[in-house]
Amino acid sequence: MSKVVYPYIPNSVPEVKIQMLKELGLKSVEEIYAEIPEHLRFKGTMNLPEPLLSEYELRRHVEGILAQNKTCTEYLNFLGGGTWQHYVPEVCDTINSRDEFLTAYVGDAYADHGKFQAMFEYASMVGDLLGFDVVSTPTFDWGMAAGYSMRMAARITGRNQVLVTKTISPDRYLCIQNLVKPNLELQFVDYDQQTGLLNLEDFKAKISANTAAVYFENPSYLGSIETQAEDIAAIAHNNGALCLVGADPSSLGVLSPPSSYGADIACGDLQPLGIHMNAGGGLAGFIASRDEEKYVAEYPTQLWGLTPTVAEGEYGFGDVYFERTSYASREHAKDFLGTQTALWGITAGVYLALMGPQGMAELGEGIMQRVAYAIELLKTIPGIKVPVLSSPSFKEFVVDFDATGKKVADINKQLLEHKIFGGKDLSVKFPELGNSALFCITEVHTQADIHRLVDALRQVLA
Amino acid sequence: MAQVKIRENYHQARWDEPIIYELSTPGERGVLVPLPEQEVKDKAGDVLGKLPENMRRREAPPLPEVSQKHVLAHYLHLSQETLGANLNNDISQGTCTMKYNPRINEALAALIHHIHPSQAEDTMQGLLQIYYEFERFLKEISGMDRFTLQPGGGSHAVYTAASIIRAYHESRGELEQRNEVITTIFSHPCDAATPATAGFKIITLYPNEETGVPDLEALQEAVSERTAAIFITNPEDTGIYNRQIDKFVKTVHDAGGLCFYDQANANGMLGIARAREAGFDMCHFNVHKTFSTPHGCSGPGTGALGVRDHLAQFLPVPTVELADGKYYLDYDRPDTIGKVRGFFGVAPVIVKAYSWIMMLGADGLKEVAEISVLNNNYFQKKVEEIPGVTTWYAKGRRRLEQVRYSWEKLEEETGVGTVDVMCRIGDYGIQHYWTSHHPWVVPEPFTLEPCETFSKADLETYAAVLAKIAEEARQDPELVKTAPHKCASRRRARPEELDDPEKWALTWRAYKRKYKK
Repeated sequence: MSKVVYPYIPNSVPEVKIQMLKELGLKSVEEIYAEIPEHLRFKGTMNLPEPLLSEYELRRHVEGILAQNKTCTEYLNFLGGGTWQHYVPEVCDTINSRDEFLTAYVGDAYADHGKFQAMFEYASMVGDLLGFDVVSTPTFDWGMAAGYSMRMAARITGRNQVLVTKTISPDRYLCIQNLVKPNLELQFVDYDQQTGLLNLEDFKAKISANTAAVYFENPSYLGSIETQAEDIAAIAHNNGALCLVGADPSSLGVLSPPSSYGADIACGDLQPLGIHMNAGGGLAGFIASRDEEKYVAEYPTQLWGLTPTVAEGEYGFGDVYFERTSYASREHAKDFLGTQTALWGITAGVYLALMGPQGMAELGEGIMQRVAYAIELLKTIPGIKVPVLSSPSFKEFVVDFDATGKKVADINKQLLEHKIFGGKDLSVKFPELGNSALFCITEVHTQADIHRLVDALRQVLA
Repeated sequence: MAQVKIRENYHQARWDEPIIYELSTPGERGVLVPLPEQEVKDKAGDVLGKLPENMRRREAPPLPEVSQKHVLAHYLHLSQETLGANLNNDISQGTCTMKYNPRINEALAALIHHIHPSQAEDTMQGLLQIYYEFERFLKEISGMDRFTLQPGGGSHAVYTAASIIRAYHESRGELEQRNEVITTIFSHPCDAATPATAGFKIITLYPNEETGVPDLEALQEAVSERTAAIFITNPEDTGIYNRQIDKFVKTVHDAGGLCFYDQANANGMLGIARAREAGFDMCHFNVHKTFSTPHGCSGPGTGALGVRDHLAQFLPVPTVELADGKYYLDYDRPDTIGKVRGFFGVAPVIVKAYSWIMMLGADGLKEVAEISVLNNNYFQKKVEEIPGVTTWYAKGRRRLEQVRYSWEKLEEETGVGTVDVMCRIGDYGIQHYWTSHHPWVVPEPFTLEPCETFSKADLETYAAVLAKIAEEARQDPELVKTAPHKCASRRRARPEELDDPEKWALTWRAYKRKYKK
């Protein structure tokens, strides 16, 4: 019997334990474990560290380990590429950390009415950004949302090939590749290395009667805004394929919604909307489409809809078309479902409610102004080529260091001495861009921050 | 001894809260955005004007316009209309392991809010150390040789297992032949759905009516040279432990298949029995369940997938390694299945789970398991004393950490079924309970899991509430059939409309289009 009374285990009080055993007519818990045959029992002792029983000891220990990290509050950060440093309003953290939302799970819409409403509102607001009437409960991340979108497109069209723009995030591509592998063939469509835009000729050459969909991102992983979006959608549609667009929601206060240029399904990540970077743990995907049965029937995720209750005028909520899901139909479902990222969805909803249309417009324009300013300053540094891609960019842009004679990895290492996280090294995954890096600038960056980067680069490259 | 208390006068907050759009006043703001300095704007020029007309948003998104106080109040109202595990007697959600979620762990996880996943490895040694150590903990707890912490939830880990099984058979040139996965009906739906998504055909075993678990003979008939793997939970969602599990594993191995152990129900087994001793090739944990990081209304969570050495080459990239005193991310794994999630997983969940294990240690984990099965057996005795309750299968045998009960008798006697009782329990300040995954093999099911978090008084209170509702069903069935009465929302009036394309409304814009013409 344990001598420690654990704060999280009320019945570890020895007297209580004895009383419960007595009432069951048992001498020890071992008699319950007699269910597990002896040869299947673990005989050893788990080699785990000595416990830190008090909260104070635990705090000191974990804080001590994590103090080895350098964070983006201490360092000036220009990394993006799938997780981005945006400002998180305090109200987002307040709501996100409320125990009611934080510790709830799969309760029904009656005692968890607020959870359902918050998720309905998140879907509604993301739908407004995208111009779509249907938005999924959040998936694990953008990669999963994109992979599911492709699998949906394949089921809708009865075809098995998806054309994917080559400017996709390499890591996201790996996730998608694994998710669609048994059913779908992925083929890259080339991009124009001058503009960063999809190569329309290559696209036209590759699209066929097997093509279920074309998938491109707007802005792309390399930051370029895809200005040919309507043409791409039209070519897809003329060939009986769907048009899938991965979109950064933080751009949609100023950029056209995917629905306006012919997207059939949009997807992307909620992390820019009030969710901390969390070392990449802040990701949460969304899928959106028109409100047509042929689309709704193919969502693998839960979909929560508004529906009346028995009280006149009261809003209620419930699962829409639940039979689609694996919770209802096991292997006969549309893909699979499980715990995903609902709390991040609620948080993204809080963010959009705080920002409103004006906030999202200012966010988008302000980011583009800072990027334009940074590019103008970076241009003045000898050896740096920027912008590398001529299409307008949002939030991220490619910087070419070829003429400096220094490798991105070495430049970034030296930038660390200036307490700066430099851009993401593209030289391995995008060798055609030479010795380049992907820089990210958001609303958190001030004029002084941009000058600090430029000054540090001047010194590093001197 | 703490008081056993039925909360007769409980009433959940019911705010009649408008949809956020109905709180909108043009011009109001919830937060101001940091604007660029004038010099930046001047030098940048008209950035939007440089966009081609087709890419420039013509109309602002019709988001609500609400002041900060009113946004906060709105979401606080909604939070008060939600029953989290830290607020209530959450024995209700069997198969979910609804533990107390320590506040300290939230504070510690917040320390990594501002880390970017692409930072130089040298600048996140602390986080990588926690990943490395947490993987080591899981290896001790399960007996597996390597883990990936990348999957975003339990079912995602199970999908990762299916992907690795595919890669394994592909590497041996047998994928075309080995295209069947066997599972059991009381294993989680994802044990059928994820291998199906990964391209396998599914064979489902049903339980022997007496033992509650499938017969070994049924498995022997199902396996063949087509068998790729078995995906099985043990104890199953009924709480019954399959004593022949090692024979199941051997049968599948003898046929050339792999064995994946779904450990969603691991809580009662910590330090007691492991996947390794039963012979499994792989297992997973729902980190957010078993190791007490919050469920977040359904995530973010983490699924940890463990494998034996012969499958480690297929794990997703990156893995976290240690060399010369430095932790690093290893992407150089030629046989990897690739990735299942961006970057390297849900880092805050790992920090919380690491902290939880550090506070308990080996003895504490065993105490978790022992108290959870003691709680369950004590609670089962109380619940089975209620007229109308039955427990299916395996009479006289002990359950481990949870039980699937049935209200079949109550329904026969009163017309009040499990959904009615589920709705009524909310009126006593208790979360609606979990019935069962589909299909309902046990009639009028309900599944309860009183893990180590709950006190003796909690267990007795919960059972007393069930007894009271069973009594109500006899005295005043309409009271139960029209419940809930005191929750934040009342029953759906026309639930069938949620399946009707003309009526369903998934967003406010769709609702307005369909209902406010």
